[in-house]
Amino acid sequence: MPVRPDVLLLIGTSKGLFLLDASGDLKNPIANGASVPSVAFDPRRRRMLAGKTSFFWGTGVVHSDDLGQIWTEPEAPNLRFPDDIDASIKQAWQVAPGTASQPDVIYVGVEPAALFRSTDAGETFEIVRGLWDHPHRPTWQPGGGGLCLHTVLVDERDPAKLTVAISTGGVYRSDDAGASWRASNQGIRADFMPEDQRYPEYGQCVHKVARDAEKLDTLFLQNHGGLYRSDDYGATWNDIGSGVPSDFGFPMVAHPHKSGTAYCIPNGDAFNRWTPEARCRVYRTANGGQSWEALECGLPQRDAYITVLRDAFTSDEQDPAGLYFGTRSGELYASNDDGERWELLAEHLPPILTVRAANLD
Amino acid sequence: MQVVVHVPASLRQYSGGAGKVRVECADATLAGVFDQLHAIFPGVVERALDEQGKIREHVNVFVDGESIRAGSKRGLQTPVAAGTEVWILPAVSGGSR
Repeated sequence: MPVRPDVLLLIGTSKGLFLLDASGDLKNPIANGASVPSVAFDPRRRRMLAGKTSFFWGTGVVHSDDLGQIWTEPEAPNLRFPDDIDASIKQAWQVAPGTASQPDVIYVGVEPAALFRSTDAGETFEIVRGLWDHPHRPTWQPGGGGLCLHTVLVDERDPAKLTVAISTGGVYRSDDAGASWRASNQGIRADFMPEDQRYPEYGQCVHKVARDAEKLDTLFLQNHGGLYRSDDYGATWNDIGSGVPSDFGFPMVAHPHKSGTAYCIPNGDAFNRWTPEARCRVYRTANGGQSWEALECGLPQRDAYITVLRDAFTSDEQDPAGLYFGTRSGELYASNDDGERWELLAEHLPPILTVRAANLD
Repeated sequence: MQVVVHVPASLRQYSGGAGKVRVECADATLAGVFDQLHAIFPGVVERALDEQGKIREHVNVFVDGESIRAGSKRGLQTPVAAGTEVWILPAVSGGSR
Protein backbone atom coordinates (compact mmCIF):
# COMPACT_ATOMS: atom_id res chain seq x y z
CA MET A 1 0.00 0.00 0.00
CA PRO A 2 1.67 3.22 -1.06
CA VAL A 3 1.07 6.57 0.56
CA ARG A 4 -1.95 8.28 -0.96
CA PRO A 5 -1.17 10.52 -3.93
CA ASP A 6 -2.18 13.72 -2.15
CA VAL A 7 -0.43 12.94 1.11
CA LEU A 8 3.15 13.50 2.16
CA LEU A 9 4.21 11.95 5.44
CA LEU A 10 6.57 13.81 7.75
CA ILE A 11 8.35 11.41 10.07
CA GLY A 12 10.43 12.94 12.84
CA THR A 13 12.88 10.58 14.46
CA SER A 14 15.63 10.69 17.03
CA LYS A 15 18.07 10.85 14.11
CA GLY A 16 16.52 13.22 11.67
CA LEU A 17 13.46 13.89 9.54
CA PHE A 18 12.20 11.50 6.89
CA LEU A 19 9.63 12.18 4.19
CA LEU A 20 7.57 9.56 2.40
CA ASP A 21 5.14 10.05 -0.46
CA ALA A 22 3.33 7.92 -3.03
CA SER A 23 6.59 7.21 -4.86
CA GLY A 24 7.70 5.09 -1.91
CA ASP A 25 11.10 6.76 -1.93
CA LEU A 26 12.12 7.68 1.58
CA LYS A 27 13.91 11.03 1.80
CA ASN A 28 15.98 12.27 4.72
CA PRO A 29 16.33 16.06 4.44
CA ILE A 30 17.31 16.70 8.07
CA ALA A 31 20.06 14.55 9.51
CA ASN A 32 23.57 15.12 10.87
CA GLY A 33 22.78 14.14 14.41
CA ALA A 34 19.68 16.26 14.81
CA SER A 35 16.54 14.78 16.31
CA VAL A 36 13.16 16.02 15.13
CA PRO A 37 10.68 15.52 17.96
CA SER A 38 8.09 17.85 16.46
CA VAL A 39 7.01 18.63 12.93
CA ALA A 40 4.03 20.26 11.27
CA PHE A 41 2.70 21.06 7.85
CA ASP A 42 1.07 24.47 7.80
CA PRO A 43 -1.54 24.36 5.03
CA ARG A 44 -2.02 28.13 5.14
CA ARG A 45 1.22 28.70 3.28
CA ARG A 46 2.20 25.10 2.52
CA ARG A 47 5.12 25.44 4.89
CA MET A 48 6.77 22.58 6.73
CA LEU A 49 8.07 23.41 10.18
CA ALA A 50 10.31 21.18 12.25
CA GLY A 51 11.52 21.45 15.80
CA LYS A 52 15.11 20.49 15.20
CA THR A 53 17.26 19.58 18.15
CA SER A 54 20.96 19.06 17.79
CA PHE A 55 22.53 16.90 20.45
CA PHE A 56 25.31 19.46 20.55
CA TRP A 57 24.14 22.81 19.27
CA GLY A 58 20.71 23.47 20.75
CA THR A 59 17.22 23.60 19.35
CA GLY A 60 15.19 25.75 16.99
CA VAL A 61 12.38 25.73 14.46
CA VAL A 62 13.39 25.36 10.82
CA HIS A 63 11.06 25.53 7.84
CA SER A 64 10.71 24.54 4.22
CA ASP A 65 8.45 26.10 1.59
CA ASP A 66 9.12 23.53 -1.13
CA LEU A 67 7.82 20.39 0.55
CA GLY A 68 11.04 19.59 2.31
CA GLN A 69 13.76 20.02 -0.27
CA ILE A 70 15.33 23.22 1.01
CA TRP A 71 15.19 24.08 4.70
CA THR A 72 15.71 27.53 6.12
CA GLU A 73 17.52 27.65 9.41
CA PRO A 74 17.76 30.94 11.28
CA GLU A 75 21.15 32.53 11.81
CA ALA A 76 20.77 32.05 15.56
CA PRO A 77 18.40 29.55 17.19
CA ASN A 78 14.94 31.09 17.16
CA LEU A 79 13.76 29.43 20.36
CA ARG A 80 15.32 30.97 23.43
CA PHE A 81 14.17 32.06 26.82
CA PRO A 82 14.51 35.78 27.38
CA ASP A 83 17.41 37.04 29.46
CA ASP A 84 15.40 37.40 32.65
CA ILE A 85 14.39 33.74 32.70
CA ASP A 86 17.04 31.38 34.00
CA ALA A 87 16.24 28.44 31.78
CA SER A 88 17.48 26.89 28.59
CA ILE A 89 15.38 25.16 25.97
CA LYS A 90 16.07 21.46 25.62
CA GLN A 91 13.61 20.48 22.95
CA ALA A 92 10.59 21.62 20.94
CA TRP A 93 7.88 19.05 21.64
CA GLN A 94 5.09 20.49 19.54
CA VAL A 95 4.71 22.77 16.55
CA ALA A 96 1.11 23.90 16.08
CA PRO A 97 0.00 26.25 13.31
CA GLY A 98 -2.67 28.76 14.36
CA THR A 99 -6.03 29.43 12.80
CA ALA A 100 -6.94 30.49 9.27
CA SER A 101 -7.82 33.91 10.62
CA GLN A 102 -4.25 34.39 11.94
CA PRO A 103 -2.17 32.97 9.12
CA ASP A 104 1.19 34.01 10.55
CA VAL A 105 0.69 32.61 14.04
CA ILE A 106 2.53 29.44 15.04
CA TYR A 107 2.70 27.99 18.54
CA VAL A 108 5.52 25.84 19.85
CA GLY A 109 5.53 23.88 23.09
CA VAL A 110 8.94 23.25 24.58
CA GLU A 111 10.86 21.59 27.37
CA PRO A 112 11.13 22.88 30.07
CA ALA A 113 7.40 23.42 29.85
CA ALA A 114 6.68 26.73 28.16
CA LEU A 115 4.72 28.03 25.23
CA PHE A 116 6.22 30.14 22.47
CA ARG A 117 4.38 32.05 19.77
CA SER A 118 5.47 33.25 16.37
CA THR A 119 3.62 36.01 14.58
CA ASP A 120 5.78 35.81 11.47
CA ALA A 121 4.97 32.28 10.30
CA GLY A 122 7.74 30.61 12.28
CA GLU A 123 10.73 32.84 11.66
CA THR A 124 10.96 34.19 15.23
CA PHE A 125 9.30 33.24 18.50
CA GLU A 126 8.50 34.87 21.83
CA ILE A 127 7.57 33.21 25.06
CA VAL A 128 3.92 33.41 26.12
CA ARG A 129 4.51 35.10 29.44
CA GLY A 130 1.14 34.41 30.98
CA LEU A 131 1.79 30.70 31.18
CA TRP A 132 5.39 30.97 32.34
CA ASP A 133 4.30 33.36 35.09
CA HIS A 134 1.44 31.15 36.24
CA PRO A 135 1.85 30.42 39.97
CA HIS A 136 1.56 26.68 39.37
CA ARG A 137 4.47 26.59 36.95
CA PRO A 138 7.36 26.31 39.44
CA THR A 139 5.72 23.21 40.96
CA TRP A 140 5.23 21.26 37.72
CA GLN A 141 7.36 18.15 37.75
CA PRO A 142 9.08 16.36 34.88
CA GLY A 143 7.75 13.00 33.76
CA GLY A 144 10.07 10.35 32.41
CA GLY A 145 10.44 12.22 29.15
CA GLY A 146 11.16 15.57 30.74
CA LEU A 147 8.98 18.51 31.78
CA CYS A 148 7.37 19.18 28.46
CA LEU A 149 4.52 21.16 26.95
CA HIS A 150 3.50 18.69 24.28
CA THR A 151 0.00 19.64 23.16
CA VAL A 152 -1.31 22.93 21.79
CA LEU A 153 -4.89 23.23 20.55
CA VAL A 154 -5.99 26.53 19.03
CA ASP A 155 -9.72 27.06 18.66
CA GLU A 156 -10.60 27.67 15.03
CA ARG A 157 -13.70 29.60 16.16
CA ASP A 158 -11.72 32.00 18.34
CA PRO A 159 -7.92 32.05 18.16
CA ALA A 160 -7.72 33.61 21.61
CA LYS A 161 -8.89 30.32 23.09
CA LEU A 162 -5.92 28.06 23.70
CA THR A 163 -5.61 24.65 25.34
CA VAL A 164 -2.25 23.18 26.26
CA ALA A 165 -1.17 20.01 28.03
CA ILE A 166 1.94 19.49 30.11
CA SER A 167 3.64 16.42 31.52
CA THR A 168 3.35 16.77 34.38
CA GLY A 169 1.16 19.75 34.96
CA GLY A 170 -2.01 18.72 33.21
CA VAL A 171 -4.36 20.68 31.00
CA TYR A 172 -4.41 24.49 31.06
CA ARG A 173 -6.75 26.78 29.16
CA SER A 174 -6.63 30.42 28.18
CA ASP A 175 -9.41 32.56 26.73
CA ASP A 176 -7.28 35.63 26.16
CA ALA A 177 -4.55 34.49 23.78
CA GLY A 178 -2.32 33.30 26.57
CA ALA A 179 -2.43 36.31 28.88
CA SER A 180 -4.04 34.28 31.66
CA TRP A 181 -4.46 30.55 32.23
CA ARG A 182 -6.41 28.20 34.44
CA ALA A 183 -5.87 24.54 35.24
CA SER A 184 -8.54 22.35 33.67
CA ASN A 185 -8.16 18.86 35.07
CA GLN A 186 -11.32 18.15 37.03
CA GLY A 187 -11.96 14.43 36.92
CA ILE A 188 -8.51 13.36 35.67
CA ARG A 189 -6.76 10.86 37.89
CA ALA A 190 -3.17 11.08 39.11
CA ASP A 191 -2.28 7.51 40.06
CA PHE A 192 1.15 8.50 41.24
CA MET A 193 -0.22 10.63 44.09
CA PRO A 194 -1.23 9.45 47.58
CA GLU A 195 -4.69 7.87 47.56
CA ASP A 196 -6.51 10.86 49.00
CA GLN A 197 -4.87 13.25 46.52
CA ARG A 198 -5.53 11.50 43.24
CA TYR A 199 -7.76 14.17 41.73
CA PRO A 200 -5.70 17.33 42.20
CA GLU A 201 -6.40 20.69 40.60
CA TYR A 202 -3.26 20.19 38.52
CA GLY A 203 -0.17 18.04 38.33
CA GLN A 204 -1.65 15.21 36.26
CA CYS A 205 0.58 13.57 33.71
CA VAL A 206 -1.57 14.16 30.66
CA HIS A 207 -0.07 12.51 27.60
CA LYS A 208 -2.16 13.86 24.71
CA VAL A 209 -5.36 15.75 23.98
CA ALA A 210 -7.31 15.74 20.68
CA ARG A 211 -10.34 17.73 19.61
CA ASP A 212 -13.47 16.13 18.18
CA ALA A 213 -14.04 16.61 14.45
CA GLU A 214 -17.37 18.45 14.77
CA LYS A 215 -18.15 19.18 18.40
CA LEU A 216 -15.30 21.52 19.05
CA ASP A 217 -15.99 21.67 22.79
CA THR A 218 -15.44 17.92 22.99
CA LEU A 219 -11.92 16.78 23.75
CA PHE A 220 -10.41 13.32 24.04
CA LEU A 221 -7.50 12.76 26.40
CA GLN A 222 -4.94 10.02 26.93
CA ASN A 223 -3.62 10.27 30.45
CA HIS A 224 -0.74 8.55 32.20
CA GLY A 225 -3.33 5.95 33.17
CA GLY A 226 -6.84 6.82 32.08
CA LEU A 227 -8.78 7.79 28.97
CA TYR A 228 -11.09 10.78 29.23
CA ARG A 229 -13.58 12.84 27.29
CA SER A 230 -14.70 16.35 28.04
CA ASP A 231 -17.86 17.82 26.52
CA ASP A 232 -17.42 21.24 28.07
CA TYR A 233 -14.10 22.32 26.63
CA GLY A 234 -12.06 20.70 29.36
CA ALA A 235 -13.90 22.10 32.35
CA THR A 236 -14.74 18.56 33.47
CA TRP A 237 -13.51 15.17 32.29
CA ASN A 238 -15.27 11.80 32.21
CA ASP A 239 -13.55 8.42 32.30
CA ILE A 240 -13.93 6.55 29.00
CA GLY A 241 -11.28 3.91 29.68
CA SER A 242 -13.58 0.92 29.79
CA GLY A 243 -13.09 -1.57 26.99
CA VAL A 244 -9.39 -1.25 26.31
CA PRO A 245 -6.79 -3.76 27.55
CA SER A 246 -4.88 -0.95 29.20
CA ASP A 247 -5.77 2.69 29.74
CA PHE A 248 -2.10 3.61 29.72
CA GLY A 249 -0.74 4.97 26.48
CA PHE A 250 0.63 8.03 24.78
CA PRO A 251 -1.20 9.14 21.62
CA MET A 252 -4.81 10.15 21.09
CA VAL A 253 -6.12 10.94 17.61
CA ALA A 254 -9.57 12.21 16.69
CA HIS A 255 -11.09 11.17 13.38
CA PRO A 256 -10.81 14.10 10.95
CA HIS A 257 -14.50 14.01 9.98
CA LYS A 258 -16.56 11.71 12.21
CA SER A 259 -17.73 13.21 15.45
CA GLY A 260 -17.33 10.90 18.42
CA THR A 261 -14.68 8.80 16.73
CA ALA A 262 -11.22 8.67 18.22
CA TYR A 263 -8.26 6.32 18.34
CA CYS A 264 -5.71 5.31 20.93
CA ILE A 265 -2.92 2.75 21.14
CA PRO A 266 -2.79 1.09 24.57
CA ASN A 267 0.72 0.69 25.82
CA GLY A 268 0.73 -1.83 28.64
CA ASP A 269 1.07 -0.05 31.92
CA ALA A 270 3.38 2.44 33.52
CA PHE A 271 6.03 -0.27 33.85
CA ASN A 272 5.71 -2.61 30.86
CA ARG A 273 5.48 -0.01 28.19
CA TRP A 274 4.65 -2.06 25.18
CA THR A 275 1.52 -3.14 23.40
CA PRO A 276 -0.54 -5.35 25.77
CA GLU A 277 -0.08 -9.11 25.35
CA ALA A 278 2.66 -8.25 22.84
CA ARG A 279 -0.09 -7.65 20.24
CA CYS A 280 -0.13 -4.43 18.28
CA ARG A 281 -3.67 -3.07 18.29
CA VAL A 282 -5.17 0.32 17.64
CA TYR A 283 -8.40 0.95 19.51
CA ARG A 284 -11.25 2.98 18.04
CA THR A 285 -14.35 4.39 19.59
CA ALA A 286 -17.21 5.54 17.40
CA ASN A 287 -19.42 6.68 20.26
CA GLY A 288 -17.35 9.10 22.25
CA GLY A 289 -15.66 6.45 24.33
CA GLN A 290 -18.66 4.44 25.50
CA SER A 291 -17.06 1.42 23.85
CA TRP A 292 -13.85 0.61 22.03
CA GLU A 293 -13.04 -1.90 19.31
CA ALA A 294 -9.67 -3.39 18.51
CA LEU A 295 -8.25 -2.76 15.05
CA GLU A 296 -5.59 -5.33 14.35
CA CYS A 297 -5.89 -6.43 10.73
CA GLY A 298 -2.41 -6.19 9.26
CA LEU A 299 -0.71 -5.37 12.55
CA PRO A 300 1.63 -7.87 14.25
CA GLN A 301 -0.28 -10.02 16.73
CA ARG A 302 2.54 -11.91 18.39
CA ASP A 303 5.87 -10.94 19.90
CA ALA A 304 5.10 -7.26 19.24
CA TYR A 305 6.76 -5.31 22.03
CA ILE A 306 5.91 -1.97 20.52
CA THR A 307 5.73 1.53 21.89
CA VAL A 308 4.09 4.40 20.02
CA LEU A 309 4.93 7.82 21.40
CA ARG A 310 2.41 10.61 21.88
CA ASP A 311 2.94 12.41 18.59
CA ALA A 312 3.81 9.39 16.50
CA PHE A 313 0.15 8.72 15.57
CA THR A 314 -1.82 10.96 13.26
CA SER A 315 -4.48 11.13 10.56
CA ASP A 316 -4.74 12.81 7.22
CA GLU A 317 -7.76 14.87 6.15
CA GLN A 318 -9.22 12.44 3.64
CA ASP A 319 -12.39 10.39 3.73
CA PRO A 320 -12.11 7.60 4.65
CA ALA A 321 -9.35 8.75 6.92
CA GLY A 322 -5.77 7.74 6.46
CA LEU A 323 -4.14 6.87 9.77
CA TYR A 324 -0.42 6.58 10.37
CA PHE A 325 1.71 5.61 13.32
CA GLY A 326 5.40 5.13 13.89
CA THR A 327 7.06 3.05 16.56
CA ARG A 328 10.08 3.47 18.75
CA SER A 329 11.48 0.47 16.92
CA GLY A 330 11.34 2.31 13.62
CA GLU A 331 8.31 0.86 11.85
CA LEU A 332 5.70 2.99 10.11
CA TYR A 333 2.18 1.58 9.73
CA ALA A 334 -0.69 3.06 7.78
CA SER A 335 -4.38 2.51 7.13
CA ASN A 336 -6.37 4.04 4.27
CA ASP A 337 -9.79 3.02 5.56
CA ASP A 338 -10.40 4.55 8.98
CA GLY A 339 -8.21 1.92 10.61
CA GLU A 340 -9.87 -1.28 9.38
CA ARG A 341 -6.75 -2.62 7.66
CA TRP A 342 -3.13 -1.71 8.21
CA GLU A 343 0.08 -2.14 6.28
CA LEU A 344 3.73 -1.62 7.03
CA LEU A 345 4.97 1.36 5.01
CA ALA A 346 8.55 1.54 6.26
CA GLU A 347 10.82 -0.19 8.72
CA HIS A 348 14.35 0.03 10.07
CA LEU A 349 13.99 3.76 10.70
CA PRO A 350 15.48 5.38 13.80
CA PRO A 351 13.09 5.61 16.76
CA ILE A 352 10.04 7.51 15.50
CA LEU A 353 9.07 10.50 17.64
CA THR A 354 6.41 12.17 15.54
CA VAL A 355 4.37 11.56 12.39
CA ARG A 356 2.30 14.13 10.53
CA ALA A 357 0.41 13.90 7.25
CA ALA A 358 0.60 16.86 4.90
CA ASN A 359 -2.56 17.06 2.78
CA LEU A 360 -1.44 18.46 -0.55
CA ASP A 361 -4.66 18.54 -2.53
CA MET B 1 44.93 41.41 20.93
CA GLN B 2 44.10 38.84 18.34
CA VAL B 3 42.83 35.33 19.16
CA VAL B 4 42.16 32.51 16.72
CA VAL B 5 38.93 30.55 17.03
CA HIS B 6 38.61 27.19 15.31
CA VAL B 7 35.03 26.56 14.19
CA PRO B 8 33.92 22.92 13.81
CA ALA B 9 32.71 21.77 10.42
CA SER B 10 29.15 21.41 11.65
CA LEU B 11 28.98 25.12 12.52
CA ARG B 12 30.70 26.53 9.47
CA GLN B 13 27.42 27.32 7.77
CA TYR B 14 27.21 30.08 10.39
CA SER B 15 30.77 31.34 9.91
CA GLY B 16 30.59 31.93 6.20
CA GLY B 17 32.38 28.64 5.69
CA ALA B 18 35.41 29.68 7.72
CA GLY B 19 37.06 27.06 9.89
CA LYS B 20 39.45 29.54 11.45
CA VAL B 21 38.34 33.00 12.57
CA ARG B 22 40.64 35.73 13.87
CA VAL B 23 38.97 37.73 16.62
CA GLU B 24 40.14 41.07 17.97
CA CYS B 25 39.30 41.38 21.63
CA ALA B 26 40.17 43.65 24.50
CA ASP B 27 38.90 41.47 27.32
CA ALA B 28 41.52 38.80 28.05
CA THR B 29 39.06 36.03 28.88
CA LEU B 30 37.31 33.38 26.87
CA ALA B 31 34.04 35.18 27.58
CA GLY B 32 35.48 38.24 25.85
CA VAL B 33 36.42 36.12 22.85
CA PHE B 34 32.88 34.80 22.56
CA ASP B 35 31.48 38.32 22.88
CA GLN B 36 33.57 39.50 19.96
CA LEU B 37 32.89 36.38 17.93
CA HIS B 38 29.17 36.90 18.52
CA ALA B 39 29.41 40.30 16.87
CA ILE B 40 30.81 38.63 13.75
CA PHE B 41 29.12 35.23 13.69
CA PRO B 42 26.24 35.10 16.19
CA GLY B 43 25.06 31.76 14.86
CA VAL B 44 28.28 30.08 15.95
CA VAL B 45 28.24 31.47 19.47
CA GLU B 46 24.54 30.93 20.07
CA ARG B 47 24.97 27.27 19.21
CA ALA B 48 28.06 26.79 21.35
CA LEU B 49 26.47 28.64 24.30
CA ASP B 50 22.88 28.40 25.50
CA GLU B 51 20.63 31.41 26.05
CA GLN B 52 22.04 31.75 29.55
CA GLY B 53 25.50 32.20 28.11
CA LYS B 54 26.67 28.82 29.39
CA ILE B 55 28.61 26.39 27.26
CA ARG B 56 26.14 23.75 26.14
CA GLU B 57 26.32 20.40 27.87
CA HIS B 58 27.70 18.48 24.93
CA VAL B 59 30.12 21.10 23.65
CA ASN B 60 33.81 21.20 24.51
CA VAL B 61 36.01 24.25 24.31
CA PHE B 62 39.79 24.07 24.39
CA VAL B 63 42.06 27.04 25.00
CA ASP B 64 45.63 26.48 23.81
CA GLY B 65 45.08 22.76 23.95
CA GLU B 66 43.49 22.55 27.40
CA SER B 67 39.83 21.86 27.99
CA ILE B 68 38.23 24.63 29.94
CA ARG B 69 36.19 21.96 31.75
CA ALA B 70 39.39 20.24 32.98
CA GLY B 71 42.66 21.43 34.47
CA SER B 72 42.17 24.81 36.05
CA LYS B 73 38.45 24.58 35.14
CA ARG B 74 37.95 28.28 34.79
CA GLY B 75 35.29 27.96 32.16
CA LEU B 76 34.48 31.18 30.37
CA GLN B 77 36.85 33.04 32.69
CA THR B 78 39.81 31.13 31.24
CA PRO B 79 42.45 33.74 30.38
CA VAL B 80 43.49 34.31 26.79
CA ALA B 81 46.41 36.22 25.33
CA ALA B 82 47.52 37.39 21.93
CA GLY B 83 47.91 34.35 19.72
CA THR B 84 45.74 32.10 21.86
CA GLU B 85 43.94 29.40 19.92
CA VAL B 86 40.39 28.49 20.91
CA TRP B 87 38.76 25.29 19.66
CA ILE B 88 35.01 24.72 19.73
CA LEU B 89 34.21 21.02 19.38
CA PRO B 90 31.22 18.72 19.71
CA ALA B 91 31.84 16.48 22.73
CA VAL B 92 32.22 12.73 22.54
CA SER B 93 28.73 11.83 23.64
CA GLY B 94 25.53 10.32 22.36
CA GLY B 95 26.30 6.63 22.79
CA SER B 96 22.91 6.03 24.35
CA ARG B 97 21.13 6.94 21.14
